[in-house]
Amino acid sequence: MLLSNTISTELSLLDAGIIALLGYAVVFFGLILLMLVVMIMSKAFTTRKSENPGKTEQPPAPSAPVSVPASAPAPVPAPAAGQPAPGSAGQLKLHDVPPKTAAMLMAIVAHKTGKPLNELRFISIKEVK
Amino acid sequence: MGIDIGQILLELWNSSGFAYIFANLSEVGWQNIVMIAISCVLLYFGIVKQFEPLLLVGIAFGCLLSNLPLGGLYHPELWEAFMDETSSAYHSYGAILREGGLLDFFYIGVKTSIYPCIIFMGVGAMSDFGPLLSNPKSLLLGAAAQLGVFAAFFGAVCLGFTGPEAASIGIIGGADGPTAIFLTSRLAPHLLGAIAVAAYSYMALIPMIQPPFMNLLTTPEQRKIKMVQTRAVSKAERIVFPIVVTIFCALLLPDTTPLIGSLMLGNLFRECGVTERLSDTAQNALMNIVTIMLSTSVGATMVGSTFLTGSTLKIVLLGVCAFILSTVGGLLGGQVMCLLTGGKVNPLIGSAGVSAVPMAARVSNKEGQKANPSNFLLMHALGPNVAGVIGSAIAAGFLLSVFG
Repeated sequence: MLLSNTISTELSLLDAGIIALLGYAVVFFGLILLMLVVMIMSKAFTTRKSENPGKTEQPPAPSAPVSVPASAPAPVPAPAAGQPAPGSAGQLKLHDVPPKTAAMLMAIVAHKTGKPLNELRFISIKEVK
Repeated sequence: MGIDIGQILLELWNSSGFAYIFANLSEVGWQNIVMIAISCVLLYFGIVKQFEPLLLVGIAFGCLLSNLPLGGLYHPELWEAFMDETSSAYHSYGAILREGGLLDFFYIGVKTSIYPCIIFMGVGAMSDFGPLLSNPKSLLLGAAAQLGVFAAFFGAVCLGFTGPEAASIGIIGGADGPTAIFLTSRLAPHLLGAIAVAAYSYMALIPMIQPPFMNLLTTPEQRKIKMVQTRAVSKAERIVFPIVVTIFCALLLPDTTPLIGSLMLGNLFRECGVTERLSDTAQNALMNIVTIMLSTSVGATMVGSTFLTGSTLKIVLLGVCAFILSTVGGLLGGQVMCLLTGGKVNPLIGSAGVSAVPMAARVSNKEGQKANPSNFLLMHALGPNVAGVIGSAIAAGFLLSVFG
């Protein structure tokens, strides 16, 4: 109830504009501060991990928020803790295979072999007819 | 003395809802008929078109039940007395329990903000904050996408709404149903039905509302940008995050504590690894039970006398503007990030900042794949998406601080 005593319910356009701008600024301010907090937190955890390399943590299970739709790619297993994922390596050739199916197949292979997807290299995927 | 069958049938007719509607056709009867028709249309959208069916079906049926006369399930006059300072039933839940019907009892959970908070707990238990933790800058996109909230607030004041009403209408732009219900039930309970229906309907229409603006505000080259895989997030980070966010947000804006606290408690259940049963309950059984009570009681507030007004049309119009402007805000934020990172960020992920987890992230992914079939933006879009949930809760907290 920050300002409720001073602001009447009937607002002038000027007051409404000021409140709107102030509100937007507060949201930005709050989330920028939160971003800094998260960055500091991440830094602290990364530093701690590099100081104790022997203590390896189990990588968290890959999870998608709420329900991942059927049209979405299967969740990609996270790389081992501490190892930044380098991204895709090279080009993957698809022969009569839709990209969605290819993504699913790669995720299945990664899951079954227990290796992070970024450590596997797929050269081509071809549908056997 | 024989039984007068004719008299019995006459009394039966007089006590029926049909007789009530026909007898009061010019006063409230026509409103009942229109609202019954509207509830049937909403049921059609929920069941056949599958627009947010888990909520829309309950809302539509609650609307149907409260507009069938003489059913006694919901009593708007009791809630008017509840809010009337001169009434003996002012803020008396005892009066509601004594005289209310089933939907009045359900509505107590809305009035006390219990349901939105429990739903937020379930959302937290279902949400993976990993993408946000691996790329904290996505919080900025969650903030940028709150543009529609404040623009619609200003627009509502221009259209003659009071401050609390305008704040409740504006929060539709947050694309977050529980937050909209939480704020409206506190600031403008008489608009709850219209705002809830508008919020959930537009959330369901996100795949139709967003893409034209995504294409308008990005170039084909930008839509093709592939983003590099983000870093892995440790379990410890995932556990500490909800605790830190709760402390931070509750200290910054205490009015956000019920929503953020519930969201983060649910997430802590999920991530801490020792409360799997609680996490499972929060995201399934508890959430489903509360969804039933929330949707039916919110639907029940859609009584003809308050719903069939010019205000509802204005709310529907302002709601869609809020959604569009939030999408535009997120996309502009995405453009800025794309520019500052030298083209490493695909601006399409900005539109996911409008909350609506995970629908908005799916739309970003889908539009990215249209431009480049090998582009998978889903995990990158989930960062702004969950940031949008926190952003809309902060926006609601701010508006509650000002008008509460």
